[in-house]
Amino acid sequence: MADQTLNAEGLNCPLPIIKAKKALKGLETGQVLEVRTTDPGSIADFAAFCSQTGNELLSSNTEGNIYLFEIKKS
Amino acid sequence: MADGDFGNAKSMSIIVTKGSLDWAYPPFILATTAAAMDLDVTMFFTFYGLPLLNKKLDLKMTTLGNPAMKMPIAGMHMAMPNIVAAMPGVDRGATTMMKNLFKKKGVASIEDLREAAVESDVRMIACQMTLDLFEMDRKDMIDGIELGGAATYIDVATKSHINLFI
Repeated sequence: MADQTLNAEGLNCPLPIIKAKKALKGLETGQVLEVRTTDPGSIADFAAFCSQTGNELLSSNTEGNIYLFEIKKS
Repeated sequence: MADGDFGNAKSMSIIVTKGSLDWAYPPFILATTAAAMDLDVTMFFTFYGLPLLNKKLDLKMTTLGNPAMKMPIAGMHMAMPNIVAAMPGVDRGATTMMKNLFKKKGVASIEDLREAAVESDVRMIACQMTLDLFEMDRKDMIDGIELGGAATYIDVATKSHINLFI
């Protein structure tokens, strides 16, 4: 289960990433952030963000028009 | 980055040369995103990009001479003919339309992106020569910026992994 959920629905590039970064700052190592977006670009962007920052992308799912990501802070 | 706990020492610099509402976006989007991805980011504001450092922003845009810019006109998306774009008030209308579009599509304002850049320790350098040339006042600009010239930028660029000119 996620330790925190960030609702970034309706926000466009680059806001979901910037808000996710801010939320991750407030978490401890090993804690999980769930991000909900509606921006289709966020699928590729969260993969790139995690690959670059070293945070682990635990899951990347689509539910209807919502994109769900679980990111474990490294 | 202040938040260097991921041990990522990559860096990016951007020369910001344009100050219209539309062209203010790419540098601030890339700077804030790179900073979020733990890069050290430097923005060098020169010529028409320099007013983007003013405390009070009043960004405008024009459709004049931009055939790639399609505006929603009469239910379609059409490029504005130059002869129409040159009429008084058209730029103001295009600016309002664009700002409304940004809001509707969940795109951040330039003010918000700039604030995010400042918050994430993006280094901002104002071009001293442009400041003199256009008789701008440092006092009208936001806090936390530095003044510098070409040599300052080149020094940054030689140490950066990514160098962009926008």
